[in-house]
Amino acid sequence: MLKYLLEKEFKQFLRNRFLPKFAIVFPFAILSIFPLVTNTEIKNIRLCVVDNDKSGYAYRLTEKIKSSGYFILKAVTTNEKEAFELIESHKIDIILEIPSRFESDLIKENKASVLISANAVNGMKAGLSSAYLSRIIADFNQDIRIDLLQSTNQQLSPAFGITPLFRYNPLMKSLFNMIPAILVMLMSVVCGFLPALNIVAEKEKGTIEQMNVTPVSKFTLILAKLIPFWVVGFIALNICIFVAWLFYDFFPQGNLLTFYLFAAVFVLAMSGFGLVVSNYAKSIQQAVFIMFFFVLTFVFLSGLYTPAANMPDWAQLLSHISPLKYIILVVRLIYLKGSGFTDMLPQFFSLTFLALFFNTWAVLSYRKRKM
Amino acid sequence: MIKVEHIAKKYGKVEALQDISFEVEAGEIYGIIGPDGAGKTTLFRILTTLILADKGNACLNGWDVRKDYRLIRNNIGYMPGRFSLYQDLSVEENLQFFASIFKTRIETNYHLIKDIYQQLAPFKKRRAGALSGGMKQKLALCCALIHKPLILFLDEPTTGVDPVSRKELWDLLKQLKAEGITLVVSTSYMDEAGRCDRIALMLKGHFLSVDTPQNIVNHYTDDLWAVSSCNMSKLLTDLKNYPAMKSCYAFGDVHHISLQQQATAYTTSQQALQTYLENLHHNELSIRKIEASIEDCFMELAARSSLENKKPKQYV
Repeated sequence: MLKYLLEKEFKQFLRNRFLPKFAIVFPFAILSIFPLVTNTEIKNIRLCVVDNDKSGYAYRLTEKIKSSGYFILKAVTTNEKEAFELIESHKIDIILEIPSRFESDLIKENKASVLISANAVNGMKAGLSSAYLSRIIADFNQDIRIDLLQSTNQQLSPAFGITPLFRYNPLMKSLFNMIPAILVMLMSVVCGFLPALNIVAEKEKGTIEQMNVTPVSKFTLILAKLIPFWVVGFIALNICIFVAWLFYDFFPQGNLLTFYLFAAVFVLAMSGFGLVVSNYAKSIQQAVFIMFFFVLTFVFLSGLYTPAANMPDWAQLLSHISPLKYIILVVRLIYLKGSGFTDMLPQFFSLTFLALFFNTWAVLSYRKRKM
Repeated sequence: MIKVEHIAKKYGKVEALQDISFEVEAGEIYGIIGPDGAGKTTLFRILTTLILADKGNACLNGWDVRKDYRLIRNNIGYMPGRFSLYQDLSVEENLQFFASIFKTRIETNYHLIKDIYQQLAPFKKRRAGALSGGMKQKLALCCALIHKPLILFLDEPTTGVDPVSRKELWDLLKQLKAEGITLVVSTSYMDEAGRCDRIALMLKGHFLSVDTPQNIVNHYTDDLWAVSSCNMSKLLTDLKNYPAMKSCYAFGDVHHISLQQQATAYTTSQQALQTYLENLHHNELSIRKIEASIEDCFMELAARSSLENKKPKQYV
C-alpha cells in the first residue's frame, strides 16, 4: 500500500514545476549568499576624525586606525559641528575627536583623552565599531608608552597584555558560526514545512476526502507524505555539506554519521510539528502564517542570534521547546569542535523528547474522522 | 442495503440534518433531491464515514458507520461533488492509483467502466486537471467504480455538466444498476428525479417525502395552471395579489399557479382569473392547465412544511 502511495507522491513531486529545482538550487543559493550577508564582522566603517591638535601623535593615531583595515577615513576636520552634520546626513558612522593639546597633555601630564561618538541607530554596528576603535587606541597607547620609555631610558614599568585565543574558530569567522545554522534552517523548511503544506493543500483541493473513503489508513497516508520530503531533505543536506566544503573549505570535524543521526531526530521533531500545524490549519494561507510565526519564534529562541543565556528567565524556559536550539548547537559542535555522540547526549535526549512530544500531539490532534 | 435511523447533525447552531430516517433497497437508484444547502452533502459524508453524526444510527449492508468504517470504506464508492482526484496525475495514473489502493487491478472490473473509459481513452495521458468538466466527472466515476463497490454514492454528479453528458451519465447509472450496484444520487436538478427508482425530497435538513417519482406526482392534488403574458414580472406581482391564489412561482418561462380549493369549477375559476388579469392590462395572456412535475410537488411540500413549522417563509 505504502509503495503505491510513495510512487504517487514522488511522481507528483517530480512533476511539480518548482519543487525539484528548488530543492537543488536552494542549498546552493542559500549557502553561497547567506553566510556572506549574515556576516557579523563589521568592516568599512566610515570614520571622521576631528583633529583639534594637529600634532604628530594625532597624525600617528589616525594613520594607525586607517591601517587597521576596519575603517575608511572619510574626512578629517577641525570642526566638531561639521562632523556631526556628516553623521546626520548619513555619510559617516563614527567620529573620533582628538582634543587640542592632546600631544602635550600626553607628554607633560602623562594622560590625555579622546572622544568617540558613534551613530547608534544600528546599535550592533555602533557597539562593535566603537569597540574596535577603543582597541586600536589602547594599542596605540601601548606603542607610545614604549616610545616614551625608550627615549627616557627608564625601566619598563610592569604591565600586562591580554591575548585571547579563540578555540575551535581561531579566526572568529562568523561564517563558521552561520553555516551550521543555515543547514538546520534548510532542514526545517524541507522536512517540516513542505510536508505540512502538502497535507493542507490536499485538504484545500478536497483530494484528502477522496482518500479518506478508501481503505488507506491515516498513518500510511501521512507516512507516504513525509518520506519523500525526508529523502529530499537529506539530499539537500548533503548538497549543503558539499557546498560548504567546496566554497568555504568547511567540513565537519566530527563524525558525519553522528551528524546524520542528530539530523534524523531533528527532522522527526520538525515533521511532527509540521503535522500539528497541518491538523489545525484549514487552508494553505493559515498554515503558512502559523508556520511563519513559530519559525520566527523558534529561530529567536534558538540562540542563533543571541545566546539563550542573555534572555529573561521565562524566555530561557520557553527556549527549551525550540528544536532549533539543540540542533544548531549540535551542528556547531560537530562542525567546529568535532564532538562525539556521548558529548552531546543531553541534546540528543532533548531532541528525542521533542520528536516524541510533537508527534504524539500530532496523533492526538488528528481527529480521525473529522476534517 | 442502507438503513438510516434518526440521524442528526449540527454545525454550531445550524442544524444541517434533523432526525433523518430512511431505507434504501439493494439494487435501486435512490435520489436525494433538494436545493443547495438542504443537507445532502452532510448526509453523504456521514454515510461514507467521513464525519460522525451527532445522533442516530446508520448501517450500510449491515455495517455500522461508526464501528465498521473500515469494512464500509472497502466496499463503497464515493464521488464527491467537488472534483477531488489528483489534478497533477494523468487520467491513466489516477485510475491506476485508485485501483492499487483498493488492492485491485483496472482489468478486473474493466467491464464496469468500459463505456465511459472508452470516451476518456484518447486523453489518458492528459493530466486530470486539464480535462473538461464532463470528462472530469467521468473520470471521477471511473475511479469510484474501479473496485466494484456494493454501494455507490454520487454527490451532485451532474452539477456543472452539459446536457449531453448529463444524459450519458444517467444512462450509465442505469447500467450500473443492472450490474447490481446500489446507487445513492443527490441532485438539485428536479428534472433528473424521474430517472431514479425512488426519491427523497429534502429541504433544510429533513425529508419532505419519500416515494417513487410517479407516486409523488400522483399525490399532487391541486389543479395546476401555467400562466404567461408579455410582462412576466408584473404578472407575478398581480398573481400574488389575486385573492384566491394558493401558490404561485416562476417556472422557466411561465408562472405556475394553483388556486384555493374553494374556487369552483375549472372553467369558472380560469375565466375569473382571466378577467382579473385582463383588467390589469395584461396582453398575450395564456392560461393552461398542466400536469404537475416533481418541482411543483416539491414547491407544494415545501410550502406545506413551512406552514406546519409555523415559519411563514416563502420558497421561490
